[in-house]
Amino acid sequence: MNFKQSFILAIKSLLTSKMRAFLTMLGIIIGVAAVIILVSLVDGFENLMLDQFDSIGANTITVSLTPRGSTRTVDVEDMIKLCEDNPDVLLAVTPNVSAMASAKIGTEDLSSSITGVSEDYLKISTSEIGLGRFLTYNDISTRQKVCVVGSYINKEFFGGNGINQTLKINGNTFKIVGVLEEVADSTESSSDNKIIIPYTAVRSITAFSFVSSYTFAAKDETMSEQAKAIIENYLFSIFSNDDLYTVASMAEMLDILDTLTGNITAILVGIAGISLLVGGIGIMNIMLVSVTERTREIGIRKSLGAKHFDIMSQFVVEAATTSAIGGVIGIILGIVVSIVAGKMMDLPVSPTPLSILIAFSFSAAVGMMFGYFPARKAAKLNPIDALRYD
Amino acid sequence: MIDLKDIYKIYVDGDAEIHALDGVTLHIDKGEFVAIVGQSGSGKSTCMNIIGCLDVPTSGTYSLNGVDASTLTEDEQAEIRNKTLGFIFQQYNLIPKLNLLENVELPLIYRGYPPKKRTELATDALERVGLGDRLRKFPSQLSGGQQQRVSIARALAGNPSVILADEPTGALDSKTGLDVLNFLKELNNDGNTIVLITHDNSIAEQAKRIVRIHDGKIIEDRPSERCKEESV
Repeated sequence: MNFKQSFILAIKSLLTSKMRAFLTMLGIIIGVAAVIILVSLVDGFENLMLDQFDSIGANTITVSLTPRGSTRTVDVEDMIKLCEDNPDVLLAVTPNVSAMASAKIGTEDLSSSITGVSEDYLKISTSEIGLGRFLTYNDISTRQKVCVVGSYINKEFFGGNGINQTLKINGNTFKIVGVLEEVADSTESSSDNKIIIPYTAVRSITAFSFVSSYTFAAKDETMSEQAKAIIENYLFSIFSNDDLYTVASMAEMLDILDTLTGNITAILVGIAGISLLVGGIGIMNIMLVSVTERTREIGIRKSLGAKHFDIMSQFVVEAATTSAIGGVIGIILGIVVSIVAGKMMDLPVSPTPLSILIAFSFSAAVGMMFGYFPARKAAKLNPIDALRYD
Repeated sequence: MIDLKDIYKIYVDGDAEIHALDGVTLHIDKGEFVAIVGQSGSGKSTCMNIIGCLDVPTSGTYSLNGVDASTLTEDEQAEIRNKTLGFIFQQYNLIPKLNLLENVELPLIYRGYPPKKRTELATDALERVGLGDRLRKFPSQLSGGQQQRVSIARALAGNPSVILADEPTGALDSKTGLDVLNFLKELNNDGNTIVLITHDNSIAEQAKRIVRIHDGKIIEDRPSERCKEESV
């Protein structure tokens, strides 16, 4: 008896008791769907984070200064000089000041992030200018009240004609000189909702005057570590105390994010795997019942010349078919649910072929594993006893 | 062709040894129609299990078509059952969820015949028992006599050397039982070797030779009355 026959036999056997077959599959369906949904959502979440990091650039290094009580300090000029002293490693630097300020257009409040930077920001960020121009050296040095906005603000409030319009930050009027190219989907929650102003202008509108945060760019990603070391050495030479500053490279943070989501995925897949295991036990249970019910059939088949392997393969294939069909249904369910959930949670979710492949082969393997024991029980039946069984 | 030599089958039940077969020697030639008769517990079923390669003797030798069948592994036994033996059971033993054609095809599937050849042979066998027009029916749609004919067709399909019939009329009324017996006679006339197991003397008389078993021993081995009449 070949595989094809076993398969046809298995399908027939499943069709004779559809309800039972479905209930048996349910564990596998839920397990497979859970694997796909969870992996897809974590994936979507990771993609979302990566998108946001992407707009900063993987070659960047952020520096935060907290020189409490220290008499020594560094300013923007020092940082620029550090950059110029290491032209092989460091590409550029910009102050990166988050302004604690509120922006308004007319009477409407904006939820935008407001960041003060220098003209070198464009070299560091992956953002591109879409319309108009970026901030210039002149804007910075003369503390011009000008700004560059994200595409969300341009579209939502000015219908795409935001250049030369104005908005108010803490009551100060800023002129829009440029619009950044869209990086996400121009929604309020995306990184397209931001306002970039000269860092020098931040001093005019808020009480803070000390620039405590900088963003460096390494020549490329592979130099991140080297660049980080140079910056750390420099800062240590100034402060002699590494509690007063922190230096973090984006590459490092991406690594951390990667490890983190990897761990989350592993935990979630583990939990979903438990439900696959339970599903497998369900299949084993039903297969054992089925073997008992069909003892007489097994006896007949054996009396007609079925060998150990023939009976084995009949039941293993039946178990594997049950769980594989359950797997296919679970995959479809998983894809549908994860796409719907992704839409609802605003995550860029796309079920990966790998997770689907793993889920499917795992479910088929579960069927075979848990089908093996009942199948062996069937194959070991004594034909004489089996024929007399009622 | 069937050659049992000094066969013992001993079951151990606690301290007691039960001699189901106690030194049975029996020879059956090709083309014979033998009835093995005995009451329940006489050992006739054990005898049939050994002839049918469903069981192995505790001691003694059994050769079938010159092959020593007393020391075979389970898979080798299965192969012999498949190729040289055709079984007919009291309870028909058809598989309810398979149609007649599929039921009759079963032994041919295990023999590894390709689908076309299987269908051909199975259809032939069903035509021979007069059910050629009901290939796609299911066992439950047939009467007992018809079901027994399907099981005969299944036994015949693989063209076995020996047909083993275990109480083939036990579940049938006397008229359909007679039909089945007549059919077995016909098969015997066509040259098939038939071994019939029964507890019923009148049925045994329909065979050509009667072997009576009691307490695991052969106590009588003679031609049947029918055979004597025919030879006169």
